[in-house]
Order: sequence, then C-alpha cells, then structure tokens
Amino acid sequence: MKKSHIIGIIIIAAAIMIIMSTAGDASTYVDFGQAKELAQDGSKTKVHVVGRLKKDAKGHIVGMQYDPLVDPNYFAFMLVDTNRVEQKVVYFNPKPQDFERSEQVVITGNMQNDVFVADKILLKCPSKYVEKEVQQTTAGL
Amino acid sequence: MINTLIGDIGHLSVIIAFVAAIVSSYAYFMASRATIDAEALTKWRRFARGAFYVHALAVITIIFALFNIIYEHRYEYYYAWSHSSNHLPVHFMISCFWEGQEGSFLLWIFWHVVLGVVLMNTGKKNKEWEAPVMAMFSFVQLFLTSMILGVVIFDIKIGSSPFILMRDFMPDAPVFAMDPNFVPKDGTGLNPLLQNYWMVIHPPTLFLGFAATLVPFAYAMAGLWKGKFGEWIKPALPWSHFAAVTLGVGIVMGAYWAYETLNFGGYWNWDPVENAVYIPWLVLVGAIHTMLAFRRSKQGLRASFILVITTFILILYSTFLTRSGILGNASVHSFTDLGLSGQLFTYLAAFAVLAVALLIYKWKQIPVTEKELTTYNGEFWVFIGAAVLCLAAFQVWATTSIPVYNSFLGFIGIDSNAALPADQIEHYTKFQLWAGVLVAVLTGIGQLTWWRKTDKSSFLDAITMPAMLTLLFASLVIILSNKFDVFDFKLDNPVYITLFVTSLFAVFANLSIILSLLHKKVSLSGGAVAHIGIALMLLGILFSSGYSNIISGNTSGMLYSREFPDEINRDNVLLWRNTTTDMDKYKVSYRGQFLEVAGVPEYVNKEILFRTDDEYSAIARADIKVAEKLYYKTGDTVELPTPENTYYQVEYKNRETNEAFILYPRAQVNPNMGLLASPDIKMFATKDLYTHVSSVPDPNEEKEWSELKEYTVTVGDTIILNDYVAIFNGVEVIKEVPGVPLKAGDVAVQADMKIMGEKKTYHGHPLLIFKDGMAGYYPEILEDLGLRITFLNIDPKKEEFKIGVNTTQKDYIILKAMEKPFVNILWIGTIVMSIGFIMAITRRNKEGNTTKTTKPKAVKKADKAQVA
Repeated sequence: MKKSHIIGIIIIAAAIMIIMSTAGDASTYVDFGQAKELAQDGSKTKVHVVGRLKKDAKGHIVGMQYDPLVDPNYFAFMLVDTNRVEQKVVYFNPKPQDFERSEQVVITGNMQNDVFVADKILLKCPSKYVEKEVQQTTAGL
Repeated sequence: MINTLIGDIGHLSVIIAFVAAIVSSYAYFMASRATIDAEALTKWRRFARGAFYVHALAVITIIFALFNIIYEHRYEYYYAWSHSSNHLPVHFMISCFWEGQEGSFLLWIFWHVVLGVVLMNTGKKNKEWEAPVMAMFSFVQLFLTSMILGVVIFDIKIGSSPFILMRDFMPDAPVFAMDPNFVPKDGTGLNPLLQNYWMVIHPPTLFLGFAATLVPFAYAMAGLWKGKFGEWIKPALPWSHFAAVTLGVGIVMGAYWAYETLNFGGYWNWDPVENAVYIPWLVLVGAIHTMLAFRRSKQGLRASFILVITTFILILYSTFLTRSGILGNASVHSFTDLGLSGQLFTYLAAFAVLAVALLIYKWKQIPVTEKELTTYNGEFWVFIGAAVLCLAAFQVWATTSIPVYNSFLGFIGIDSNAALPADQIEHYTKFQLWAGVLVAVLTGIGQLTWWRKTDKSSFLDAITMPAMLTLLFASLVIILSNKFDVFDFKLDNPVYITLFVTSLFAVFANLSIILSLLHKKVSLSGGAVAHIGIALMLLGILFSSGYSNIISGNTSGMLYSREFPDEINRDNVLLWRNTTTDMDKYKVSYRGQFLEVAGVPEYVNKEILFRTDDEYSAIARADIKVAEKLYYKTGDTVELPTPENTYYQVEYKNRETNEAFILYPRAQVNPNMGLLASPDIKMFATKDLYTHVSSVPDPNEEKEWSELKEYTVTVGDTIILNDYVAIFNGVEVIKEVPGVPLKAGDVAVQADMKIMGEKKTYHGHPLLIFKDGMAGYYPEILEDLGLRITFLNIDPKKEEFKIGVNTTQKDYIILKAMEKPFVNILWIGTIVMSIGFIMAITRRNKEGNTTKTTKPKAVKKADKAQVA
C-alpha cells in the first residue's frame, strides 16, 4: 500500500470522527415536557427551549425574581413554551438588562430538581424590528 | 428639502456599474478566446479594459454619493437615517458606511475594483493572463453589483439599493401620508458597539482579504480554462499570501474589537459570524502550502486547484451564512435579512457549479507526478499540514452549518430541530486544540525537512538542537509554574502541556531555520517567521483562554437559593459605592459614575456636571482639574461627546503591594439594545485584568426616595442624616445660577452643608430661588451617600432655615473581573506572522516578475544548496 493511501484513509477516518462528534454534540430544540423526560431518564444533555415570557394584563412580566442586593448571581423567571407549558427557569447570572422588553426567549440548559437551569439566554426584542422603530421615532416628532 | 439628485446619481451609477461589469466580462471573455487573430483579441481587450474603467468610475461615484448622504445628514434617505445621526464624529461616519449590508457589499466591490485595476496594470507578461483573469473578475462584479441594484423585475426583487428614500422605504408611515416631503431631524444612529476605532479599520481589512481571495481563484479558473495547468500558480502565489495575511489580520482585529468592546469575556466566541471567516482562512493557508510544494517539486497541483477553488466558494458561503438570515437564533450578530437570500444562494451556487464543473471537465488533463515522497521530503510534511488545516476547517464548517441543515431539511419537508452545541467552546476546542498541536509539530518538522537534504541523518542533525531546547525550556516552565508559583496558574493539565511543548518546539525549530538562513539569504525566511508567529499565537491562546481566571466570585456569602450550592459558578460581585470589597488579591471599590468631557484627558465625575436640556453639553459645578492643571472653571459650559456612555470608576488596590490603579468599565443603556457594557482592561506584562459591569441600577427607572423628612436648623447646627453627621454652615445669596437666568427682583439663596462620609467630607449646596414670586427648589443629590437635600424655606425673623431630606438606596454596580495570562503573546504572534507573510510576498512577487530565463527549479536548487 502506498503511503498516500494510508494518509487518505486516516483523513477519511478523521472526517468521519468529526461528523460523528458534531452529531453527538449538537443540541436540540425541545419543549419543557421533553426536557423533563430527558432529565428523568438521567440525561444531562443541554437543550434549547424557545418560549415566551408570562405577562399580566398590563404587560408586566409575572414571576420574575431578581434582587441584586441579596444575590447578584441569581435570576429566576417563568417561561411558557410553544405547548403553553409553564416552567420556572433559573439563571445564575445577573438579569439581562433588556429582559423586560423581550418577547421571545431562547434558553439553553437542562432540568435540575424541577427547575430549568439556563446557561445561556438569547433575547429577541420586538424593538429590533425596523418597522416599529420607525413608528416610535416618527410619533415622537 | 428632499435632495433626490444625489440618490439618483448614486442609483444611476449602480446601474452603470452593473452594465459595465456585464460588458467588461463579455469583452474579456471574447479577448480570451483561442484564435490566431491577435489584432481582434487586442481590440477586445482594449474594449474590455475601457468597460472595467467605466465600472471602476461608477463604483467610486456610488461611494461618493453614499458618503455624501451620510456626511451631509440627508435623513430623507433611509441609509443615513438608520445608520447615522447628527452627533456622530466623522471617523465613525466611515463605519456607518459599512454598518448596513449594502455598504458592506459596496466595500467589497470597491476592493475588487482596486485589485482589478492593479492586476490590469502590473506584471510585464500578464497579457496572456489579463483577459481570462479579468473576465472572472468582471463576472464576480456583475453578481456583486446586482446585490445593491435595487430593482424589481416581475415581482422579483434584485438587490437592495442604499439610495432608497425614507418615504419609499416605509410608504405606510403616517407622517409621509401627511407630508411626503417630511425629512427626519436626526438619524437613529450607529450601533454603539460599532463606535470603536477597530470598527473603522477591521471591516475594510476583512473585505480586502475577501476580495484578495478572488485573485488566486480567478487565476486557477483561467489556468483550467486556458489549459495552463501549472503556470497560474506562480503569479497567484503572492496574491494568495496577500489574501491570507489580510484575512488573518482582519480576523484578529475583529477578535481584538470583541475583546475590547463586547463583554463575553474573551476575544473569540465561536460565533457563526466569526467561524465564517476562519474556515476559508484555514483552507487558504492550506492552499498556499500545496502551491508552494508544487512550485518546488511539481506535486500537489490537483490539491492546489481544489483548495483555491474551495477557499473562494467558502468565502461566498460565509457571505450567504451571515447575510441571508439563515442563522436566525444561532448568532448574536448576523446581518438582518434583506430578503436577498435567494439571490445570495444563486450567487453561491453559480460559482460553485461553474468552478466544480470546469475542474471535473479538465481533471484528467491536470498533470500529476507519480513520484512517491519519502518522509524526509519537506513536501510530504507540507501536504500533511495542509490536510490538517483542511480537517480543522471541515470540523468548524460541519458544526457552524447546523442551522443550514435545518433550513435545508425544512425545505424538502423534513422537520429538524437540531441546534448548535450547548457548550460551543468545549465542542470546538476538543478538535481545534489538537489541530493546533499537529500544526505546531508540523511547522517544525516541515520547515526542518524543507530546508535540508532529504535523508535521515541530516534530519536528525537538524532536529536535535530545537528538540533539546524545547524539552529544557518546557520542563523549566512546568516546574516553575507548579512548584514555585511563579505564574498565576499551574501548568499541570496534560493536554495543555502537550500544546505548550509542541508550540515551543515550533518556535525553536523555526528559529533554527532563521539562524541558518541569516548569514545566507534572510529574505527566504518569511515562512519560518510566519510559523513562529503562528506558534506564538497558539501559546497566547493557550494561556489566555486555558487559564482565564474569574476573580470576581461571590465573596459576600449571601446566596439567594441554596438549591445548587456546588455546581454553579457565581461569577459576579456586587460593589456598593465607596465600600471596599475584597476580591482575589485586590481591594476593590466602586467610586462613582463618570463622563467623558471634551478637552479633558480624564473622565469627569457626574456630580460636578450640571446636565442641561441639551444632552451633549453640561455646566461645570466645580473646577475641572486633572493633575493640578485647570481645564474648566466653575460655571463653564463643557461639551460631552458621548453622554450616553457612563464610565464607572473602579479602584483596585493590591493588598500585598498596596499598588493601586483605576479602571473605567463603561456601560450605556441603549433604547433598542439594553445594557451595553464594555470592559476596561489593565495590561500587565504577564496578564490582562479584564473588568466589566454586568448590571447597574436602571438609570431610566426613577429612584425610589424615602418620604421627605423636614429639619429646622440654625447656623452651626449638627444633625444626623441617613447615619451621617451633617453640619449646617449657613446660607448666602448668590448672584448667578448656572443654567437659570436671574432677573432683577429674583433672589437665589444657597445653603452650605457639610456631611461627613465614610471616606471624605461632602459639601451640599441646595438652592432656593424666588423667581417671579414663586419659590423654586434645586435640591442637592449626593449619590455617594444616597441623600437628597432640599432647601425649603427661610424664616428671616428667627434666623431659622427649613431643609428637607430624602434618602435612597446607595448606588451600586455588579461587576465581573477576570485575568487573562499572556494574552499579549497572541497579539505579538499576529504581528510576527504578518511580518513573515510580508517577507514571503516580497520574495514570491519578485519571483513572479522574473522572466522565464531563470528557471524556478534552478533557483530553488540553489537555495537548497545554500542552506544545506
């Protein structure tokens, strides 16, 4: 066998390993029901959940808990997933400053002891859409 | 007044540029035909050149028109309105230019024009190359200019024009229904994160790199097309080096910007937008290596074709990823979707299909050498190195493309819910770290074998010295770090030690190459210098990321919940104003909020600035001095260039050495983007101390003041306010109040109070003004003490004064701080790498220009003989 063939085989093997590991490490978008099932099965894999914040009639967010004076690294809130399942989410970091304005939230993490522990929070704010901005500005003029 | 002329000029120029690109690519195509009629070819070539110059002129006119719109604040245009504002300094207007997608396409187009003109005019023997290469250039320009065309044909939107008027962009906005000639007074401004000098030079550098990858691609395509399979490599090689160094420097500039401006705590986040440039760079560097191997021993031609073409297609792919909106939730900073994804995909697919089809069609004709390489051949190791680079690129590509798989599966009707890995850093690191190890080893071995005779004994000869130095130095560092605590970290992780040792080996091996070339021909050592740069970068990344250490852990002992006591890192600490907190080896205290004042070298405390209705100016309430030099007197009006940014003064004091320094992490609360915090970095020789605020009390939220408590005092009385001792010194009538015009008959009285704080004594001067028979209160707020003192009334008969006091919670910030050891080595490595590349460009460029009489092979042999 020629040396180049051996190297070719090694490269292909490495590429296959890369693909397998990508597939293995890839996370998934799930709802809270599935996240709970995963946790009950003893899995510690981290998942993505897309949800909306629970708001009252006045548009205030319900169930938000952040008191930096007590613990600046503890932020808890309620998230409603696409199946309308409500779940308490805990984030061991300061509250993102534009949290109140966001509509849709994507969280990454897993269920632990009946709460969802989030490592990452990604906010989608309605104000980021161009059209709304324009109306706000023009209304102000 | 709406100025439609400038927009019309711009839009017309876009159309001219588009048409000229079509004409030029057709004419160059005609000029590249294989016919014997030399005169006709020359005619076509002249015509094509003319068309390309028309294109170039049109592109410059577009840029001029767009910049004029931004510079003159023509807010009737959407581009100016959405990317600029009245108070934006000129140097940031340049960044506005490429904040939008259209402008960044324009930048790319511009660089292609520059490179095209350079290619047309340089090189003596480029006549044979000019036509096919420039045909490719113009063809690419055709696609790129179509992206900013902004015309609609049969309901299909082709391109997005930067010259669209506000009223056309949002015809439904009520204000335009009332008055079609309405012009907004101010723009919505440039994204504050982009208001950074790096953002002025990073995008042009990156796009120059993007543009430069077209040159080797165009040469490769021309080589395939004209059947000159090997000849294209020589002129393409210096350009490949140029593209690689520009792209590489551009990537690191972006990383440095992220390090300095964003607050994720590092310079690299594996964000798809970052990866999208990293992937083609790796492949391009791989391509350079196979091209070099071909230049020396006629091997690796097919690989060179594949890699050069892949690089360019990956550049297009990265454009598609970041601009089509396909990343959606996956990236924090991709461009907004302009509805051009179809067009971008067409662009990508057209070139991919064209290039791959041509390569397959000509594959059999590409010459190959059947000579087997031995392990003592430099080329052998060069090929392995290229393979490692490509595998590393493939790994990043496979993961970054996950959102693309979702869209693709969705497109063919399969529901897919795959997401990017939850811990991206871990995922990428487990491959890229080993790729780094291999790259480091291969740079050493590759260089040593490249410059030596190809046999075992001379290889062993060459490797002994660097290997010994590596082992010696590595063991020294490992022992020092583990046993004697010389550094802030212990180098005891076997994986990190592997990367450390291999990178050191790369440095020493390449140093030995430079030394041996030093007294022969230094200009040949570009490769070795660049490799040392890469090895230094690996070392810098290893220490700064591998041993990044968060020092702001919660030390207060207070925890909200004890649900997860052990696993959770509590990385942020709350600092009360003027209260010292212990953090790692420092005593840290937050001292207050500061602002930037024009003409003053240091930030100025907000407390001595009286804010006016104009956000951008304030009145000094005390003398503004820095190091005993007076900059403004009390009552002067000062200019605030960046009123939106608050600088939080944080003092660090080393507990052992008592050395103190001050950092100003900054933050602004942006109406659209929330809290934007940027770090301040203290650089030491061995590490950076990186500090940013993670949260501040919302400045837009009204402070909650306690109920007003009234005190009746006489001169000299002492009272207790919010646990502080306060002395009422008296009152005085003042003539001038900053910001309030006083008429005859108006009386302004100022009380003088002294309050003893923890650290220093404060003076409160609440004002009471009788104006037009009304009493006006100007209370004094002492943020440090959480006090608001209002001067309520005067009883002249009893000589008694009434003051009111409210208290509030003291000001605080939540802070995160970390140490990044030896991050400087990464930046130094980048500079060294660039120097190496520039040396190689100079050398390869000379080679490219030499006439055919000096055979490259002979030159090479001479080189080898010299160093052997």
